Amino acid sequence: MQKTDRTLLFDEKKIAGAIDKVAKAISSDFDRDELSQIAFLGIQLKGLPFASRIVESIRKSSGLEIPLGKLDISMYRDDIGMRKTLPHIHETDIPFDINNRTIILVDDVLHTGRTIRAALDAMTDYGRPAMIKLAVLVDRGMREFPIQADYAGLIHHVSGQEHVSVSWKDFEGVDAVFLRHKK
Amino acid sequence: MTNWTRKDLLALYDLDAGEIQLILDTAQEFKKVSERRVKKVPALRGKTVVNFFVEPSTRTRASFELAEQRLSADIVNMSASTSSLSKGETLLDTAKNIEALQVDLIVMRHSAAGSHNFLAKHLRCGVINAGDGAHEHPTQALLDMFTIIQKKGRIKGLKVAIVGDILHSRVARSNIWGLLKLGAKVTVGGPATLVPKEFRNIGVRVCDNLKDTIEDADVVNLLRIQHERQREAYFPSITEYSNIFGLNRETVKYLKPDALVMHPGPINRGVEVEACVADGPQSVILEQVTNGLAVRMAVLYLVAGCLEK
Amino acid sequence: MPASIKGRIYTMKTNYILKNGRVIDPSRKIDRKMDIGIRDGKIVSPSKAKDAVVIDLKGLVVAPGLIDMHVHLRQPGRTDKETIKTGTKAAAAGGFTKIVAMPNTTPPADSTANIELVNRIARDEGVVKVYPCACISKGQEGKEMTSIGSLKKAGVIALSDDGKCIQNHELMRHVMEYSKSFGLPILDHCEDEKLGCGGVMHEGTWSVLLGMRGMPAASEEIMVSRDIILAELIKCRIHIQHVSTSGSVTMIKDAQKRGVKVTAEVTPHHITLTDEEIKHFDTNHKMNPPLRSESHRKALIAGLKDGTITVIATDHAPHTETEKLVEFDYAPCGIIGLETAVPLCLTQLYHKKHLTLMQLISKFTVGPAEVLGLKTGLAEGSQADITIIDPDLKHKIDASSFFSKSRNTPFDGCEVRGKAMATVVDGNFVFSCLPGIQGMIAHR
Repeated sequence: MQKTDRTLLFDEKKIAGAIDKVAKAISSDFDRDELSQIAFLGIQLKGLPFASRIVESIRKSSGLEIPLGKLDISMYRDDIGMRKTLPHIHETDIPFDINNRTIILVDDVLHTGRTIRAALDAMTDYGRPAMIKLAVLVDRGMREFPIQADYAGLIHHVSGQEHVSVSWKDFEGVDAVFLRHKK
Repeated sequence: MTNWTRKDLLALYDLDAGEIQLILDTAQEFKKVSERRVKKVPALRGKTVVNFFVEPSTRTRASFELAEQRLSADIVNMSASTSSLSKGETLLDTAKNIEALQVDLIVMRHSAAGSHNFLAKHLRCGVINAGDGAHEHPTQALLDMFTIIQKKGRIKGLKVAIVGDILHSRVARSNIWGLLKLGAKVTVGGPATLVPKEFRNIGVRVCDNLKDTIEDADVVNLLRIQHERQREAYFPSITEYSNIFGLNRETVKYLKPDALVMHPGPINRGVEVEACVADGPQSVILEQVTNGLAVRMAVLYLVAGCLEK
Repeated sequence: MPASIKGRIYTMKTNYILKNGRVIDPSRKIDRKMDIGIRDGKIVSPSKAKDAVVIDLKGLVVAPGLIDMHVHLRQPGRTDKETIKTGTKAAAAGGFTKIVAMPNTTPPADSTANIELVNRIARDEGVVKVYPCACISKGQEGKEMTSIGSLKKAGVIALSDDGKCIQNHELMRHVMEYSKSFGLPILDHCEDEKLGCGGVMHEGTWSVLLGMRGMPAASEEIMVSRDIILAELIKCRIHIQHVSTSGSVTMIKDAQKRGVKVTAEVTPHHITLTDEEIKHFDTNHKMNPPLRSESHRKALIAGLKDGTITVIATDHAPHTETEKLVEFDYAPCGIIGLETAVPLCLTQLYHKKHLTLMQLISKFTVGPAEVLGLKTGLAEGSQADITIIDPDLKHKIDASSFFSKSRNTPFDGCEVRGKAMATVVDGNFVFSCLPGIQGMIAHR
């Protein structure tokens, strides 16, 4: 896909605001005691920067160090062998006990809900959380599974012919949300 | 980054460094699966794998079977005696019959070199080589390299010695290709009758005595010596082999203190390696077995991901 | 005239004048543009060919009929692979007018009855002339001599245990002494059965890399040296079949210098391919002797060039697809060669400037004729056995168009230069792809 085909949806400032909004919402949903029992789990690859920004924001406002894990869902996909190329498997690293915790699952874009379905399956193989919440940076609509975000930083519903992608400073050098037309 | 595009894993000779690295990287994450409470992922759910062992095997087969189960594949096990090969059916006919059962992958061991290349050419389903004659045993070499990386952090620049019956060893051949591609310096050593000089033509150092072979090695991979080679007049006796080429209390002193000792198994204790070395601090033999599972899961996952829809 | 065509009757004799062709006749060292007449199956002056069909062969080479002294026709016994009929059709299509049938049939041709059978079928169904070769040892078992004198009477042209090699030197010595009285040449497949036993390819870098059991060059060379030593001792002739190693070439060359009557043949595949091909595990690269390494290949070409090797023979060895569609270790040895020999040799030897056309044609005519005691040449009065060749025609080898019953060739799809355009046996066009000339078998 050509770079010229994409248009900027949200810039760095909008994204920073969205991160702030999600962090505040989470902080206000849980009291301090509950907050210390929470852990974040970022979905590889692009959910991870969003999760670490939220953790950072909460640390700044509350002083609490909330644990952050990484979850790769490749082994739990329902489309292995149906894609043109097999997704690379990235690291799964959960440095805390998942049992009886409140887990905030974090991804960059919520679309069909299939990734989240896979992530829920994966998580249950690691333990039995007390509660799972879902935080996403962008909800772009077009759900195929009955899955909704508890925290959505930005909501921008687009058609199935369009593709929403997030760039992060950590990977692409810039924080931005782009819209592209599929070929 | 390299993408996996092969429906078969036939030989490390065929792969480039990027593809080998991809398997090893992928295995890293699959290793963690076996360390979890729930040691299973649904990656190959709905896929059927046939373990077709025309030549007997216990550990490789068990390792593949467990790897397939941990990936949630359905499994059928066949051996030469349970297949129609014993009734005179050709390998290709047997394989075509297996494929007609809508099987996705065939993991095969066979005594004839190149059998997998032959089958892969004629089948739609994927073919994984679990050993073909003295040709290749790619998953064994991959697990050896995975173990080296886990212990030494790298392959590039390391000196790896392979000791024993190189001539008849598929493990040696796969290791040589894989290690060379990832930038290791490879030495092979053992009785001159069992260590072909021709390996020099691809940049392998060839030795005919143990000390020269292993003294500056970072890794020593000992191969199983088979008793039938004595009957075929490759060396005088097992006792002589053990005295001259075995790794024992005396000869282990040639090793660098941080050198790893590996063995693809099954071990002939007291022949190519004495108990004090096999069970000693430098030995990673059991870790190889553990890692074999992860590497085979990675291979199955990658190959299954490239099958025709 | 061999027994095999004594009874062949041609009713409609057509006379021909072959015009404007480049006549290359190594038996008389002739290479010039000239016309040739054919009358009543014999070569005559063009002026004597009455009511002749005139064929313009401008740009084509007119050569004496090619001889392949190493062909497996598989009949009797394995007619699923080849028959005398299909094999001789393939020979005609490849430009051969005379072929020698190897005796390793089922049962082996070790008796006069068997030879008579081959001769009868060849006479009735053969398209080109078939000269049977008989076994040296009974059942090719390397234990007892066959009835060499009786076999000679029955019409055999040579003796060979091809596919096997007599390991017992005492027996070999006696065979050489005894057969000398009958003037029958011995064609030996040289291989020590213990050295490299169970090998499936040349022993060298590629066998080591592929983990396959090797057949060392030494296995052939030990027996070549044995044969030379015995031939020197007995002062008899010996012909080494399908020479494949540089050591063999050197030994033969040295022996020839000393005056030993040793001759040798090489196959088109051994001068074209090397053992590296085996890395693809295609069983059509499995043969005995095996494809050797590049240095051996070059030595064989050098041997052709310097005259040590005087014969090119195909070792045409048909096998069914089923037999070849197996693991490399289990596949039978051999490939077919009758329909690829001329294009391959022109491409590899003539176009690469190793041999002149005269030299190359000699390897297919004078060379084998001298070993076998056959006549060759285009002199007036000779039997009109003629091969017409386009040395430059570019084409792609297409195994599906072969007349052979089998398809086991590694050369399917190969781009080559040169082709036999027509084959004439006793004045009859048995094969033709010349415009307007109908052969007994049509080009396809």
